[in-house]
Amino acid sequence: MGNEAIAEGALAAGCRFFAGYPITPASEISEVLSDRLPQVGGTFIQMEDEMASMGAIVGASIAGVKSMTATSGPGFSLMQENLGYACITETPCVVVNVMRGGSSTGLPTCPGQGDVMQARWGTHGDHPIIVLAVSTVADCFEITVRAFNLSEKYRIPVVILSDEVVSHTRETVILPSSQDIEIIDRMTPASPPEWYVPYKSDSTGIPNLAVFGEGYRYHVTGLFHDERGFPTQRSEEVKAFSNRLCRKLVQGIHEIQIAREFMMNDADVAIIAYGSVARSAKSAMNDARKKGQKVGLLQLITLFPFPESHVDNVLSQCSRVLVPEMNMGQIYGEVMKRVNRHEIDVEKYSRIDGQLITPDEIIHELIK
Amino acid sequence: MSKEITKLIHKYLRHDKKFPHVWCPGCGNGIVLGSLIRAIDRLGLKKDEIVLASGIGCSGRLPVYVDFNTLHSTHGRVLTFATGIKLANPSLTVIAVMGDGDATAIGGNHFIHAARRNLNLTAIIINNQIYGMTGGQFSPTTPYGSNATTAPYGNIEHAFSIADLAIAAGAAFVGRGTVYHVHLLDKLIENAILKSGYSVVEIISNCHIQFGRRNDMGNPVAMMEWMRDHAVTVEKAREMETETLKDKFTIGILANEERSIYNEEYDKIRQKAKN
Repeated sequence: MGNEAIAEGALAAGCRFFAGYPITPASEISEVLSDRLPQVGGTFIQMEDEMASMGAIVGASIAGVKSMTATSGPGFSLMQENLGYACITETPCVVVNVMRGGSSTGLPTCPGQGDVMQARWGTHGDHPIIVLAVSTVADCFEITVRAFNLSEKYRIPVVILSDEVVSHTRETVILPSSQDIEIIDRMTPASPPEWYVPYKSDSTGIPNLAVFGEGYRYHVTGLFHDERGFPTQRSEEVKAFSNRLCRKLVQGIHEIQIAREFMMNDADVAIIAYGSVARSAKSAMNDARKKGQKVGLLQLITLFPFPESHVDNVLSQCSRVLVPEMNMGQIYGEVMKRVNRHEIDVEKYSRIDGQLITPDEIIHELIK
Repeated sequence: MSKEITKLIHKYLRHDKKFPHVWCPGCGNGIVLGSLIRAIDRLGLKKDEIVLASGIGCSGRLPVYVDFNTLHSTHGRVLTFATGIKLANPSLTVIAVMGDGDATAIGGNHFIHAARRNLNLTAIIINNQIYGMTGGQFSPTTPYGSNATTAPYGNIEHAFSIADLAIAAGAAFVGRGTVYHVHLLDKLIENAILKSGYSVVEIISNCHIQFGRRNDMGNPVAMMEWMRDHAVTVEKAREMETETLKDKFTIGILANEERSIYNEEYDKIRQKAKN
C-alpha cells in the first residue's frame, strides 16, 4: 500500500520521529509508524491536532532528529501555520498530504489534487518550499527518501503530495537494501560554539544547523532575524535574510526539479501529469502510441519549485499539450505561464467529482 | 546582593543581544525572568542542557535575552514544540514560557493535552489578565466586568483559573505565585523544574499599561500591592473561612502528584516493540 511505502521510505531515510493526528486517507502512515518507530528506537506520538503535530516535528528536528507528519487536506490546512515556521527557521522536516476530494471536509474517501497550490502557498508570506508528487507505491518509498534528503540538504520543509488512490493502491515493490539507498544528513557546524553564526550567509545560502543541547546555544524564532538569529526589522538585514531564503534552492535546482519523460523523443502531443493521474496518462499514452499517434508524457515529480526547464522543452517541441488534473487547473496555470508562442495548443482537463481521471477520458481529450 | 545579581547577569544574559528589552518599565516579565534565572542557577543546571521556549506575546520575548538553547515559537503552540524537543532528546531540561492568552485561548488545547500526557516539561504561564502586546484586548483570564479595548462596556466572559485548569487536566505539579512574592516564585520555579512530570507555574503579573490603566488599578507598585493584599498562601487558606477567601487567590504549591511519565512509558513501548 502506498501509505505503508511512505512509512517505510521515511524509516529508510532515517526518520526517527513522527507526530500525527488521525485523518482519512492518511491514517495508515501513522498506524505503521506507531508500530515500526519504537522498533528502531524512534518515537511516534499522536498529538491533539495537526497544529500540534507540525509543531512537534519542528521541535524534534531542531533537537536533531529527522521528523515527519502525515495528513490530508483539512489537516494540512491546520499545519500551514507551523509549516511557515519551519520555512522561516529553515528546519528540515517532511509533511505528507494524502489528498482527498474537495474543499473543507469534502470527499474524505475519494482522491483529489486540489491541494497543489495550498502546498506551495498555503502558509502566509513569501517563502521557498519543495513540493513532490508521487504516483506509484514504488514512488512512495523512493520519493519519501528523496524528500528527506532534500529537506536535510537544503534545510527546508518538503511536502509530499500523494492522493487517496496512490496511498491506498497495493502494488508489489521490491525495496532497495539499505546500502543502496543514498542518505543525506544536514550539515552541522564544524567550528567551535563561540564561532558559530547560526544563520550565516555564505555562497550556498544554506547555514549549518546546530543541534539543541550540543553546546551551540542559539536562538530560533519565526520573526525575521539577523545572522545571529536575533529578531530584526532593519531593512538591510531583512532583505539579506529574505534574499538568502529565496536563493538557497537556486544552485541545486537541477537535483530538486525532478520529472520523468516517457516517449517524448518524437512526441508531437504531450500529456503533463502527476500523482495518480500520471498513471492514467501513461496508459493513455501507450494506447495512443499503438494507434500510431506521437504522444508523450511528462510526469512531474517536483511540482515546486516548478520544473520550468522540463516544461519549456515540452512546450517548444509539441503542438499540443494536455494537462489532466483532479482540480480546476492548478498546474495547468503554471504551465500556461511558460507558454511563449501562439502556435501551441495547451488545454486542461479537470475532474473535481472525486472520481479518477481514466485513460479513456484522456484519450478522448487527445483525439478531440 | 547587587554583586550576586551582576554575576547572574553576566552568566546568563546574552552579551551579543541588542538590549534594551521590549518590555515596558515596571513590567512583571523581568521579575519572572529573574526568578527563572535564580532557580536554574541554584539547581546548578548547565546552560547547554536547558531549552527555553516560548509562544507569542510579551512573554514570548523572554527567551531571546538568555544564553540557553532558545526557541520563540508560534502563538499558543510552544508546548507542541517543547513536546517534540523533549521526545527527541529527553536529557534536555525543557521549559516553556507562555502568556495567559497564549496558554489558555489559542493554546488551550495544547495546554490541557500536555498536562494529560505528562511529559517531563516545565510550563510557566505569566498571567497578566490581558493581551498586552496587541494593545489590551480581553483574554480568558480577564476578570468579569473589567475593561479592555475589545470590552469597552466591560467584559461579560468569566475568567479561567489557569492553575485549576492544569490540575483538572492532570498536571503532576501545579504552583501559583505572583511577581510580588518573589522568594516564593523562585522556589516554585525551582520545584517545578525539579519535578519529574509535567509541571505548571502560574504567575500573576501586572500589565499596568494595558490592564491596570483601564481598570483604575494604578501604577506597577499599586498593582503589586493589590497582589500582596489578595494573595493567600495555601497553608494559610486552609485555616480561613470560605467567606473570607472570597476575593482572594491562593499561592504556593497547589498540586504535587506522582504520575507515570510519558518519556518513561515510551521507553517501555520501545522495549516491547523490540521483543
